[in-house]
Amino acid sequence: MKTNLFDEVKLGLQQQSISRRGFLKLSGITGGGFVLAATLPSFADELGTLVGSAELNTFVQLSSDGTITIYSARPDMGQGVKTSLPMIVAEEMGAKWDDVFVLQSEVGEEYGGQWVGGSNSIAASFNMMRQMGASAREMLIGAAAETLELPREEFSTNNSEVIHESGRRFTFGQLASLAIKQPLPDEDSLTFKDAEDYTIIGTSVSGVDNLVITTGLAMFGIDTEVPDMLYGAYHKCPAIGGSVVSANLAEIKALPGVKDAFVIEGNGRVDQLMPGIGIIGDSTWAVFNAKQKLKVNWDESNASKDSWRDLVKTASGLKDKRGRNMVVNKGSVDAQFDKKSNKVVEGFYTYPFVAHFCMEPMNCTASYVAGKAGEKDSIEIWVPTQNPASVGPTVAGLYGLENDRIEVHVTRLGGGFGRRFSNEFVCESVELSKRVKRPVKLTWTREDDIRHDYYRVGGFQALKGAINKKGKLVAWDQHFIGMRKDGRAVSGSRFSRNEFPLPNLINARGTSTMLDIATPCGPWRAPGANTHAFVVQSFIHELAHLAGRDHLEFLLEVMGKRQWLNPGNIRSLNTGRAIDVTTLAAKQAGWGKKLPAGRGLGLAFHFSHAAHIAEVAEVSVDKNKKLTVHRVTVAVDVGPIINRSGALSQVKGSIIDGLSTMVGQEITMEAGRIEQSNLHDYPVLRIPAAPEVDVHFIESDNPPTGLGEPGLPPLAPAVGNAIFAATGHRVRTMPLSKEGYSV
Amino acid sequence: MSKYTLSINGESREVEAEPDMPLLWVLRDRLGLVGAKYGCGKGLCGACTVHLDGNPVRSCTLRVADVGDAAVISIEGLATGNGLHPLQEAWIEHDVAQCGYCQTGQIMSAAALLANNPTPNDDDIDAAMAGNYCRCGTYIRIRAAIHSAAKNTQSSVGQPGRSVVSHWVPAQTMEERS
Repeated sequence: MKTNLFDEVKLGLQQQSISRRGFLKLSGITGGGFVLAATLPSFADELGTLVGSAELNTFVQLSSDGTITIYSARPDMGQGVKTSLPMIVAEEMGAKWDDVFVLQSEVGEEYGGQWVGGSNSIAASFNMMRQMGASAREMLIGAAAETLELPREEFSTNNSEVIHESGRRFTFGQLASLAIKQPLPDEDSLTFKDAEDYTIIGTSVSGVDNLVITTGLAMFGIDTEVPDMLYGAYHKCPAIGGSVVSANLAEIKALPGVKDAFVIEGNGRVDQLMPGIGIIGDSTWAVFNAKQKLKVNWDESNASKDSWRDLVKTASGLKDKRGRNMVVNKGSVDAQFDKKSNKVVEGFYTYPFVAHFCMEPMNCTASYVAGKAGEKDSIEIWVPTQNPASVGPTVAGLYGLENDRIEVHVTRLGGGFGRRFSNEFVCESVELSKRVKRPVKLTWTREDDIRHDYYRVGGFQALKGAINKKGKLVAWDQHFIGMRKDGRAVSGSRFSRNEFPLPNLINARGTSTMLDIATPCGPWRAPGANTHAFVVQSFIHELAHLAGRDHLEFLLEVMGKRQWLNPGNIRSLNTGRAIDVTTLAAKQAGWGKKLPAGRGLGLAFHFSHAAHIAEVAEVSVDKNKKLTVHRVTVAVDVGPIINRSGALSQVKGSIIDGLSTMVGQEITMEAGRIEQSNLHDYPVLRIPAAPEVDVHFIESDNPPTGLGEPGLPPLAPAVGNAIFAATGHRVRTMPLSKEGYSV
Repeated sequence: MSKYTLSINGESREVEAEPDMPLLWVLRDRLGLVGAKYGCGKGLCGACTVHLDGNPVRSCTLRVADVGDAAVISIEGLATGNGLHPLQEAWIEHDVAQCGYCQTGQIMSAAALLANNPTPNDDDIDAAMAGNYCRCGTYIRIRAAIHSAAKNTQSSVGQPGRSVVSHWVPAQTMEERS
């Protein structure tokens, strides 16, 4: 029967008992046979057999059939950590990757940091993962040494075996029952493999969830189903911060499939529980359908009055002024501008708010159970979140419970991009469940998701630069016009004195002005960097053009001599690494090659998240301003690569996501209301416009760092610079559709 | 509430639903088949794609009352026999998915393409797949995986055995073949 495979795999997953090999066998995709039986020592059976599997440490379990279970403590949102982090463990352990089965861990302090963002996971967890693998390896070696009564120094591991110098060997499975009795090694005694001995790190591994993803099995938050569950929707004021005066609840309750509808007053916190209408039904459609028929009178006296058009007007009035806040001021900027022999160029750049548009809209399933007989209430939660450890305390605080009354299960995330740090969808689902005394799966509509986002903040920058007679950059003045909410700069709206090229220049000034907004903003793939790169790398090209010089040569000159800009901090810009990636990207792209009219190459470099990345875009523009991005050539230095396939995916995806964003995406608001709601007014890049992407890694001898974000920022200026090369038109406003371009 | 008898993945399934309920929510909330995803609710993102008599349709805008006796195939019914569909194998071999949420819809659109055009070129692929959005930007590998599955579909006809795919893929085979 057709669904046999599906049902068996599903059952195995539900029981979490399925071994990696069993899993592959079921699916008809085998990863090579197990041939070790022939080499077993005759007394192997006497080593004992584990029933099930047992822990070697927090992250590693072993069973007698040889299955190695490695926990992934950090959620996977598409950045690939559920594959790459266990690869590090398996490498140090000497495991064979085909024996490894990866499970998402529960939430707990013992797992260390569990949040995902900031391209942080590889950098933050590399050493811990190595320790877990090395620790498991030492316990297996200890078990073998004890069995053969030989010194442990004479043993090594490889391919899921412990091997003695003499050639005698045990499988990990054979040693499982003895290994778990070995003392946990001292952390300081652990040694790690040399990079040249790696057999897993640096190779290409297909994601551990790929079989489940491609067969459509339940694993995202939105797929959660628990017994006795109802479906929920939550409707908030379209002007952020409004509260409910009245609503047509009687009419709503009479709609098909609707079980209940009620007003929720909330606590007024955007990141927790805002006022709104809760609707409960027997299907997602029932509550979505009812939501469309809701008529609510809102009190908007305390709601956002934000207007993008007003922000644009205010900012354009500031473009010839300096900001009140001095970020950096060094050398003699004004003297250079005043010098008659210097040439000066000015540019005013604009970038919009954008939405996250995770493919999986915000959702959460919660079960609020009132305590019986003096017991405290308890709450169970299933949620796709980037910040697992924040969920319990937030909900506990909201309902006056201790954190140990909250149990949180983390699912796979259908995209994150910085959106899934907040907990308002968690709080909303818990409140719905509390009201109806049943588990509730809350699903936001796409319209909710776009109108109630924590947006990538928009902003403006006014730049002025001077070139001397020799064609050198001699003055740089940058006025950053950002946004603040409740007196604080929002995520992505900070201007640092360390922002390239300020530290590299002798005469440089950076000032800022902050405009007040009420619209919630939050991290969005490479916060700050995704807009700074566009402005700075475009303006450097403007200056190179003014100087009449080659952009590549000019950019390398701005980078200056090879050095760490903040010596001792390996997460600071290293101009040597910057020069190397920029040079390599240009070379691989054929920089300087002759191109037909209407076709050009554009170059950009950006440093963020400890990553040095340069990109060259080859772009044609036709007479209707239709763009074709033929190819993007990328050079990346993030140190050693863990999963080559995953790393390539992150870079290629960043290029396409960056292009999608720059071409047509823009969130605007008037009277506090977000004006976009779905794909008809928020266009995204489709497959026909996807360029070829050619990626080159420089695997420098620096600690490995992450790639979820830093591939995105250089894309916009690379394409903008290519448009200039092709047409002579300078793009200073995003999205490109504002200047008449399309793909 | 009305009763419908639907043909889902080769089986006859009885469901009770409002006539206006889209097929997507019948599959997900009534039948527990969650492979088709909700993305936009307006037929614009393709995450909910299933086959209706072999044609790719957006199940989020198809009323259950309009399904009639058409044969519905969802991702859960795409594989036949004991193995995966060549596209599912190719998706694993090429490590296409990032977050993975849109990929079942992508695969269903690709399966309908291959059923009608066993050897599509890039333009054919782009035309057939333009309705499926991927925020992670996996388009390049989607193209490569469809080409690869097309080859496998061709060569495996009438031949014993099937291609061997593992979650372990040697580095040299992972490079994109665009």
